[in-house]
Amino acid sequence: MIRSPIALALVGLSALAVATFPRSVLVFLFFQGSLLYVFKARMPEPLRWGLLAVSLLVLMPTIGYFNSYYLEVATQVGIFVALALGLNIVVGLAGLLDLGYVAFFAVGAYSWAIFGSPHANIIFGGESFPLAGWWFYVFLFVGLGTAAITGILLGLPVLRLHGDYLAIVTLGFGEVIRVLANNLDKPINLTNGPKGITPILRPPTPFGIPYGEFFYFLALLIVVAVIVVNRRLEDSHIGRAWEAIREDELAARAMGVSLVRMKLMAFACGASFAGVMGVLFSAKQVFINPESFTFLESIGVLAMVILGGMGSIPGAIVGATVVTVLNLQVLKGFSLWLNELKNAG
Amino acid sequence: MDVELLIGIFPQVLLDGIILGFMYALIALGYTMVYGVLEFINFAHSEIFIFGAFVGVEVLLGLKSIGLLDGLPWPLVLVLVLVAGMAASGLLAVTVERVAYRPLRGAPRLIPLISAIGISFFLQDLIRLVESLWRNAFNLVYPTMDVLNLRFELSETIDVSVKSLVVIGGALLMLWALHLIVNRTKVGTAIRAVAEDQAAASLMGIDVNRIISLTFLIGGAMGGAAGVLFGVQYGLINPYSGFIPGLKAFTAAVLGGIGNIPGAMVGGLVLGLLEAFAAAYLSLLTGGAFGAEYKDILAFSILILILIFRPKGLLGEVVRERA
Repeated sequence: MIRSPIALALVGLSALAVATFPRSVLVFLFFQGSLLYVFKARMPEPLRWGLLAVSLLVLMPTIGYFNSYYLEVATQVGIFVALALGLNIVVGLAGLLDLGYVAFFAVGAYSWAIFGSPHANIIFGGESFPLAGWWFYVFLFVGLGTAAITGILLGLPVLRLHGDYLAIVTLGFGEVIRVLANNLDKPINLTNGPKGITPILRPPTPFGIPYGEFFYFLALLIVVAVIVVNRRLEDSHIGRAWEAIREDELAARAMGVSLVRMKLMAFACGASFAGVMGVLFSAKQVFINPESFTFLESIGVLAMVILGGMGSIPGAIVGATVVTVLNLQVLKGFSLWLNELKNAG
Repeated sequence: MDVELLIGIFPQVLLDGIILGFMYALIALGYTMVYGVLEFINFAHSEIFIFGAFVGVEVLLGLKSIGLLDGLPWPLVLVLVLVAGMAASGLLAVTVERVAYRPLRGAPRLIPLISAIGISFFLQDLIRLVESLWRNAFNLVYPTMDVLNLRFELSETIDVSVKSLVVIGGALLMLWALHLIVNRTKVGTAIRAVAEDQAAASLMGIDVNRIISLTFLIGGAMGGAAGVLFGVQYGLINPYSGFIPGLKAFTAAVLGGIGNIPGAMVGGLVLGLLEAFAAAYLSLLTGGAFGAEYKDILAFSILILILIFRPKGLLGEVVRERA
């Protein structure tokens, strides 16, 4: 059964509702729910993509204009969708359980944080930092590359490990990166330790759009790019090789799949998405410290992948959206409500 | 570099290392026994361990509130707390196995591990929730008992507190009891048989599920004992403080050869000593460039190196790979 009228009505109604009650969390959830419905329900493809495009490109920024917090939520969702898609390659496609994924996010974030703030002067001396704002766009790629290299560096020693041993080692690796970030304020002050780095420079925006909207659109753009790359990879010989490794390593090798190359590629690909988002994250937050890159974050991203269904691209998107919204809005609202009850009674 | 200082603190560091090592050994036993029978990393073991510490502190605070903490002889109090912590952790471990692992037996290898991670976070926040509702705080401090803080001065630079003697004594007692159970009783033989070959063991009339539960019970009880001793030794506990010791203990288990019970003890001691020495000497030897914080990195590096170059560990139990 085709559900286009329902979808149209839902999106229109929820957008109207948000416009009427811009402060109500429930109404915003209704809007997000209707987007999910459009994403999943059966309807002609052009209509689906048209509706999604209108909602994400026009309605969402308009809502954000009235309540900037919702735009912040949407940007966070974008960041986590990209992270979940990256981890989905490593865990879902290649079957390598990575419990230290947030380390790559941290690598990306620190790469811009160091060079995009006066902090780099402490390392290199002189007064030439922070770099000019437009370098941010270059650093999106630098962060991608650095994270990918870190992924390969992690991948090399753990190539021989399988299953739960791999999981524990990647967990250890994630912790090592966090401990390093926490302690590399001496002998050379690379990360400024637990105090974190601030102020991190924000780039000049095209047409002078405000930063809230800018980061939202940038996150959206990156997410779209990540989805396209994912789609193309999944159907390529690389994606099929990953799935072969996941299903049966021995058989994959017998069929001529190069385990070393494919595993390293999985780590590098997964890491690079996190690296890009790390750069965006550090510019958006203006301030980062090791607290943002704990084991809990890695597990959170893993939960998104598992909730959506390992190995599925739409699954990772839905999982990331649901978990992020739960975290930022539903559970937060719920605990506020509980506290109110407690204080009242 | 101050050589005299380096030598002077040596005995104290050695003692700290031994205490830490026994603590790791006790926790590592839980990992290694479960791995022995199920070939599965019980990720929630760190929370089972800290749960023992919380039950221990609750018993102590309970005794204190009815005025019995100083009324009863202190060895009796300690035994009481230890037994309570062990029973609670053991039962928790059995419950966790029933609820979260047994339905997933036979699923692909990663699935129970993910379930275990979920349980681990669930338990952390459950402990936090219950303690917050009950005491309005989830950072709890072990009530002090004056006897435990008595110190014997052996020389100018080293003194031994009763507390550390109790911890070492308690750990040794547990390890000895475990050794007896595993090697001298019928149940122990059954556990070893299940670890060796589940199918054959069940053909010999061993109830495999019961033995697996029993393994969780014993491993959990060891973890609970470690939790109580941890609380007695270090004083302050919170629901999240089990995670890092748990990870280190897992490292110890791998170091000694996972699945191997004497290996867990050796691995625990080696790791404890290494860590204590790293914590004390790293900053002295590098002129303050690298401090005690790097002891965590040291532990994880050991884990990674062992897994890559000698996955069977120090004592050489062969690690079988399940396809």
